[in-house]
Amino acid sequence: MKQFRRIVEKIIEGLLTVSGAITSIAILLIVIFLFKEGIGLFSSPAVEKGYALYVNSKNNVSNLTVEDIKKIFDSEVSSWKQFSGNDQEIKVFRFEEIFDIYSEEQLGVEYSLLPNKLGEIILQNPNIIAYLPIEYAPSEVLGIKELPIKSISINNFFGGEEWIPTATPAPLFGLLPLLLGTLLVSIVAILFALPLGLGVAIYLSELAGERTRKFMKPTIELLAGIPSVVYGFFGLVVLVPIVQKTLGLPVGETAFTGSLLLAIMALPTIITVAEDAMRNTPRSVREASLALGATHWQTIYRVIIPYSVSGISAAIVLGIGRAIGETMAVLMVTGNAAVMPHSLFESARTIPATIAAELGEAPAGGAHYQSLFLLGTILFIITLIISITAEVISKKQPNTGE
Amino acid sequence: MEKKILALITLLLITLSVNAQRIKGSDTVLPLTQKEAESYNKTHSSSTISVTGGGSGVGISALLSGTTDIAQASRKIKFAEKQKLKKGGQKAVEIIVAYDALAVVVNPSNKVTNLTREELEAIFTGKIKNWKEVGGEDLVIVPYSRETSSGTYEFFKANVLNNKNYMNGIMSMPATGAIVQSISQTKGAIGYIGLAYLNKDIKAIHVSYDNGKTYIAPSVENAKNKSYPIVRPLYYYYEAGLESKVKPFIEYVLSTTGQKIVSEVGFIPVK
Repeated sequence: MKQFRRIVEKIIEGLLTVSGAITSIAILLIVIFLFKEGIGLFSSPAVEKGYALYVNSKNNVSNLTVEDIKKIFDSEVSSWKQFSGNDQEIKVFRFEEIFDIYSEEQLGVEYSLLPNKLGEIILQNPNIIAYLPIEYAPSEVLGIKELPIKSISINNFFGGEEWIPTATPAPLFGLLPLLLGTLLVSIVAILFALPLGLGVAIYLSELAGERTRKFMKPTIELLAGIPSVVYGFFGLVVLVPIVQKTLGLPVGETAFTGSLLLAIMALPTIITVAEDAMRNTPRSVREASLALGATHWQTIYRVIIPYSVSGISAAIVLGIGRAIGETMAVLMVTGNAAVMPHSLFESARTIPATIAAELGEAPAGGAHYQSLFLLGTILFIITLIISITAEVISKKQPNTGE
Repeated sequence: MEKKILALITLLLITLSVNAQRIKGSDTVLPLTQKEAESYNKTHSSSTISVTGGGSGVGISALLSGTTDIAQASRKIKFAEKQKLKKGGQKAVEIIVAYDALAVVVNPSNKVTNLTREELEAIFTGKIKNWKEVGGEDLVIVPYSRETSSGTYEFFKANVLNNKNYMNGIMSMPATGAIVQSISQTKGAIGYIGLAYLNKDIKAIHVSYDNGKTYIAPSVENAKNKSYPIVRPLYYYYEAGLESKVKPFIEYVLSTTGQKIVSEVGFIPVK
């Protein structure tokens, strides 16, 4: 019998070890997967895969940056002169336009005549810039040159100030507006939520009567259970008009609205965790403080808060984590304009909102898809840094009376 | 005994796979296909149709890999996608099942009613920034767009913006409902939505595609008689080899009953 029990115990121990190992490996694999998919972005060409830009060889333009290409195709620049070319008007040609000029029959069986026709068009217009699939490119026609295209660089991504992932032919993947938007919205949210949350936590654990607490605590915990999309809807219908009217802004969907909503959403987490930590202060410690003649407030301020500082920092971290990772609610109230945030009262776009909104239709394996994974990696690194900081802070806690 | 059961199961699977049809693709077309499939199943009890969304691109790539029988799309099949099908020895057959009109809308308090395509392009690319430049009051224009994953976003860009990119930092909303909500509470707002979403909280703009000679209001009649310009077809694509399998359902959609459902869902019938 004893033998049997020992075997069972060994098996259970083994199972626990295995499940621990599996969890660790799964987490590691997820992280590796994120990084692997994300890093691929830097080997993607700056224009869509399988496409290239062609000009007439009389055109002496040779180097165009991604921004230049975008400006040309948006007709913001009208002359080649700006790119040290001739003083001629730029003519933009998109591949699909060929089907407006020629019918499918005229292009021959299996589009065999397509490269030649495209070549003709480029030869006839010395000022043309054509965006064509490499497969049908007029590479054998003389007098046409392909513009060299670099791959997306690390600088373009980390230093870019424009996020236009669907721009054709050259999408712009600039991290800065998204990263700054995320940080702005969540930091301001924590600035709102922290004083309020800690205040409520102190009130609930130290000052409130038994009956009040029995009513308040479950109510606040209930708030944490509301789905974030419901918060988002509430924010869009209630908060946005209020912010717009009271501050007299042209738009109500601002970073400030997002912060306000995130603060409301982070409150329950902060309150619950901080209050639990404070209530865990041993009775002996409190009584010792009071016995030494400290007032109630002095006890809270000098004894209970220092004692529960690790719990409070855990509350802060969980609150920040909730704010930074929050997706749906922010997606609905911040307006999602991918601009460098200049003020709190303008629209902002956060990293999680970007991933949620764009991953749906980003073709798997493409540059857009990879850039979204890279965003995920960055989000992961941010939360990792926050967790490590919290760990360090809580370990550094001063004398807790032990 | 076991063999019998096995045989029975295989038989069942075969009959199921004969009548089961899978439809995948655009979220815009999704509500229409779902309604059509529901009512089709009522009259054809032997068949099962499973309908899923995911986006036009998703549907067409499923057609490529053979994991769907019909791909529903709110845009025309792209050249590159056609080529891929061709390489696999397949040929996509295109059927237009309905039309969808996009209305440009503003806040009801806005005095502007008429805009030309050029003005719309300038507004959404950020060249015109104040309503007084297009005959309204002195108020900053706040353009709202759909998210980049939406087929509507692509269509508006191709049709109205002449393939130019939206202005940097345009407000982008995750759903049409959110756009309606935002425009109804923001004075200087402008945005675009499907015709079916028009209501009294927002005002539809009359659009001109001939430099301001005629301004057309977005309505089902105007879309039907082709005078309203911002209209896109909604497509079904299927592989030519599967014709006999998908034909009954497509014929049903194009029939009078099927087209009545099209109107009910808020799209414009083909006939």
